[in-house]
Amino acid sequence: MTPVEAQVRQYVTDRLLFGRSDVVVEGDTSFLESGLIDSTGVLELVAFLEESFKIKVEDEDLIPANLDSINALTRFIQAKSPALADSRV
Amino acid sequence: MGKNMNKFSPDHLRLDASAEAERIVFFIRDAVFTRLKRKGMVVGLSGGIDSSTVAALAVRALGADRVIGLFMPESDSSDDSLRLGQLLAKELGIKTFTEDISGILRGADCYRRRDEAIRTVVPEYHSGYKSKLVLSSLDSSEFRISYVVVQSPEGEQRKVRLTAEAFLALVAATNFKQRTRKMMEYYYADRFLYAVAGTPNRLEYDLGFFVKSGDGSADIKPIAHLYKSQVYQLAGYLGVPQEILNRPPTTDTYSLPQSQEEFYFSLPYDKMDLCLYGKAHRLPASEVAEALGMNEAQIERVYRDIDAKRAVARYLHMEPLLIEPIKETVAGL
Repeated sequence: MTPVEAQVRQYVTDRLLFGRSDVVVEGDTSFLESGLIDSTGVLELVAFLEESFKIKVEDEDLIPANLDSINALTRFIQAKSPALADSRV
Repeated sequence: MGKNMNKFSPDHLRLDASAEAERIVFFIRDAVFTRLKRKGMVVGLSGGIDSSTVAALAVRALGADRVIGLFMPESDSSDDSLRLGQLLAKELGIKTFTEDISGILRGADCYRRRDEAIRTVVPEYHSGYKSKLVLSSLDSSEFRISYVVVQSPEGEQRKVRLTAEAFLALVAATNFKQRTRKMMEYYYADRFLYAVAGTPNRLEYDLGFFVKSGDGSADIKPIAHLYKSQVYQLAGYLGVPQEILNRPPTTDTYSLPQSQEEFYFSLPYDKMDLCLYGKAHRLPASEVAEALGMNEAQIERVYRDIDAKRAVARYLHMEPLLIEPIKETVAGL
């Protein structure tokens, strides 16, 4: 697991699951389809991305292909910030 | 109901307006006099189709002398709201009261809190500006993103994406408007021992387009089961003035004119009605798409947007949660 994915997973546990550790979110689980995120949640997610990874999320980035799962988010962050792409934990 | 039941079309939402009016009139009379044990009904009049229809139904059910119309303008209200409300009240012959709620809203710092929220994303925003909240269209992304549109005193408009904090603060501040209006409706209800009407149509009720303990609060909601296009049919049958029938649905909450679809719904109400009906009756997206002249993928998106809105609406509809039911408080015991 890369540090980026670990951070994303932590965010999902803390903010989307309200700390519940008994719920498993797979890498490809859709946040939208599983009801984990609503329109306010997307805005919170943007703030997390911009603050934690120092990336700028543009309006055109706000599509499910970039933000709707742990795997999508990890890929998106690594594409936006190539320096984060290689390191692993 | 519809004439051609084979192929899905707007005809599926056609009402027998006379029979439906009679059914609702009976319901209002029974609810107000027998179940709620009140002497009449208070209706907040916005000059829109829903409150006008409820007021007209209330007059049929209870008599004009048992219906109070309330006008509750504030600084951001359109002049049309009051004018059209007065037109309806005159037509119905009901008693009215006007309460300008701007003072209460200023006392609660509604406008200052709203302006501060906007300034976190538009630092130059000040009281000379106008604003409104809009959602991104479903065509641009399945994520519905909130933006604020601001207009400078010189008339220049720009659209800025909100942060979560700014969005929540902006909505929390403007919700004072709906809650203040409801407080005022209950003042008159208490004073005259009347019931308070809620005026949501089915789209609003089902998809959570209301403020909890604001316009969502009421003793009776006589048109919550009707699709918006059915409310129009009923309004026409009841003789609601044409100018009200012709007025585009508006939220009348923000200082810039704002349609309901740019604020909340994905589509104009007549199309949204058909999508909601189609989803409720498990019609394939392709069938609804054909009736609306849209493509299947667009309808699938609207279906998913409906699910997302219902998920948010569940909290709005929830009664206060108790450890266990207190059976002595259940009506009828």
